[in-house]
Amino acid sequence: MSAYQTSVAAAHGPLSSGPERSTLLWFARHEFRLIWRDFVSLMTGGKPQRTAIVATIIVTFIAGMHWFAGVLIAPAVADGLGKTIPVLLATSGALVMLFSLMFSQAIESVTRAYYARSDLDLILSSPAPSHRLFQVRTLVLCAQTVSLSMLISSPVINVLAFLDGAHWLAAYGVLVALGVLATCLAIGLTLLLFRWVGTQRTRLFAQIMAAVVGAGFVIALQVIGILLGQGYSRFSLFVSDDTVAAMPDISSMVWLPASAVMGQIGTLFWLLGVSSLLLALVASASSRRFADDALAASSHGEVAVASTLFKGFKPSRTVRSGLRRKEWALLKRDPWLMSQTLQQILYLLPPAVLLWMNYGESSGAFYVIVPVVVMAAGQLAGGLAWITISGEDAHELIDTAPVASGTILRAKVEAVFVVIGVILAPFVFAIGVFSIRAAIALALGGAMASASAVMIQLWFRSQANRSLFRRRQVSSRAATICEALVSILWAAAAGVGLLFAPFAIAPIVLILIVLGIALLIRPQREA
Amino acid sequence: MSESKALVIRNLEKSFDRPAVRGLDLTIEGGEFYALLGPNGAGKTTTLRMVAGLLKPDNGSISVFGHDVIADPIAAKRMVAWVSDEPMIYDKLTPMEYLEFVSGLWSVPSDIAERRALELVSWLGLEAHAGERCSGFSKGMRQKVALAGALVHEPKLIILDEPLTGLDAGSARQVKDVLLSKVRQGTTIIMTTHILEVAERMAERIGVIAQGRLIAQGSLDELRRNAGKQDSTLEEVFLNLVETDDADMEFAA
Repeated sequence: MSAYQTSVAAAHGPLSSGPERSTLLWFARHEFRLIWRDFVSLMTGGKPQRTAIVATIIVTFIAGMHWFAGVLIAPAVADGLGKTIPVLLATSGALVMLFSLMFSQAIESVTRAYYARSDLDLILSSPAPSHRLFQVRTLVLCAQTVSLSMLISSPVINVLAFLDGAHWLAAYGVLVALGVLATCLAIGLTLLLFRWVGTQRTRLFAQIMAAVVGAGFVIALQVIGILLGQGYSRFSLFVSDDTVAAMPDISSMVWLPASAVMGQIGTLFWLLGVSSLLLALVASASSRRFADDALAASSHGEVAVASTLFKGFKPSRTVRSGLRRKEWALLKRDPWLMSQTLQQILYLLPPAVLLWMNYGESSGAFYVIVPVVVMAAGQLAGGLAWITISGEDAHELIDTAPVASGTILRAKVEAVFVVIGVILAPFVFAIGVFSIRAAIALALGGAMASASAVMIQLWFRSQANRSLFRRRQVSSRAATICEALVSILWAAAAGVGLLFAPFAIAPIVLILIVLGIALLIRPQREA
Repeated sequence: MSESKALVIRNLEKSFDRPAVRGLDLTIEGGEFYALLGPNGAGKTTTLRMVAGLLKPDNGSISVFGHDVIADPIAAKRMVAWVSDEPMIYDKLTPMEYLEFVSGLWSVPSDIAERRALELVSWLGLEAHAGERCSGFSKGMRQKVALAGALVHEPKLIILDEPLTGLDAGSARQVKDVLLSKVRQGTTIIMTTHILEVAERMAERIGVIAQGRLIAQGSLDELRRNAGKQDSTLEEVFLNLVETDDADMEFAA
């Protein structure tokens, strides 16, 4: 035994003989170790000394969420929650929303499992049976999908169990069943996409689908609620009297999942049994194809090479115009990035419908529309600013160009503002037709929310690859929190400013405080 | 300061966790092909990144054709092109669009830029792919696009950090031919490389950096003479210099 092997054995025990022993367990241990380390790194930003602080924040947050859930739920359960149509409908609505979230996340995770190349080359080139790996990865995907929805819904479930009875804990079992079902559907969908659109386009299609499913369903509920005159809340559809009246009898199969949530153990076991059977079938059927599909995916890194007809260089204008044009071209040609960024626009759909429904009528709708659009503008500006400023793929080229850094940043900020302007303008004009005051509030609020978000992105800028856009929040949580806060506060300022302009001073003061804090805690740059 | 000198570095220092460049002095004449050699972590890339304006020195001065890189970075950058071993280009742009963008950054008039871009694309064998987006390009093709970007604004000083890493023999040959041709036209080139044969064949002068200091420089014959190894290859001379420096540093410590 070499000195290195001796030292490794001393530190970790004898080296495992690997896949021969028990492939499934061996892979599982490997996968969970990677996931755990990834999770810890994600939470602590790669700084282990932060573990205690992060753990304290998480515990405090969970406690806070339970308190908040208690405040919301306590009045509703004061007299106990019986198995009535309204309760079953509200429970089913929550399950449908959670399922859409899980399905969206599962699509994203399954795609990543096929295309993440970090260790697939090693494993697929080894003599270990790769279908075992995919079986383990399928289980891991299920666990990830379930854990997200559990995290979100656990305060409500726990509070219900505490206030109304332990039978509500059965909801965890239903979430497991739905999570497994969502993962199986996502795997099936990915395999179908492989066959239908080919390995080159599967990733793009799946990721866009994940984004649309995730946001789309909730937004669709809002839109339907607005169209039926049941209010702006995404939950209004599930609690309206008209919907309750239209629902089937309490004995209907439709209520099976909701009944299981409310503690009908037989139904719960039936749901778990069906989902486990489906999981076994999907894992068994898909794992054999995994190696072939993953290899096919690896041989196609990108969508087929796109060509652009050369029309000659455009006459030189300014450096800034060239930079702006470049930013717009890159954004326009990256459908995945565009779908991720412009996802925010989907959230503008409900206010647009509300605006359309109230067109020419009372001005009450403005108090809802203006803040929502202002907040969306801020969030959209933050995302676009990250892409153009931090996600510069050729930063060395830009840094070595004979152009002042201020000019470059100015051009990038202009590129962001033009996009925001194009998106906001129709709303401003539509509202301005019958309320100039509301249009001004929207234009000012949108501009200020965008400017604040861009400013925060400038202060917290770092070098990153555009493909890391989805994980940008992790690289700077402070920037993400500040950005979200100023967007919300500008939305509040625009909303209350519409009611009585001097009231807007309070949120504006808070915005200045948040911006001041962001300025103080921004990372220091090399002089 | 004479403008015939392409690069003058005096007492350059840069530290990260530990000193990377320590009191480096270096002068390169205009129109020279200079190869900078050194073991991994010797400070080659750090030095060149400071010259290109990608890093700020802790101490010392850098002058490019008489322009102080720290006091007047824009004027210095106008003269310089930087090409790294990992070509940074835009996947979603075509080579021609990339060259158009680079020309804009260096304020090259569009008609001149277009003519040069077409020449470069042809010269580097990229005509067939000039209208395709770079996302599907091989390492060699990406490196050629980056090199075309470096040449399209006709810099007086080209800095290349390991430009031949990962290139196949044909692509490496094309890149070398282009570089030699530019030197013949009067362009100054500074290149780091681990391929000693390339330095031996292409460079007029070779500098050896170890532990952040320039430990030897001169033509290959001068290096051989100083090392007392008249019939040796550059590899033998280089290893001898680096090992001697290591021993000296250990002795000094």
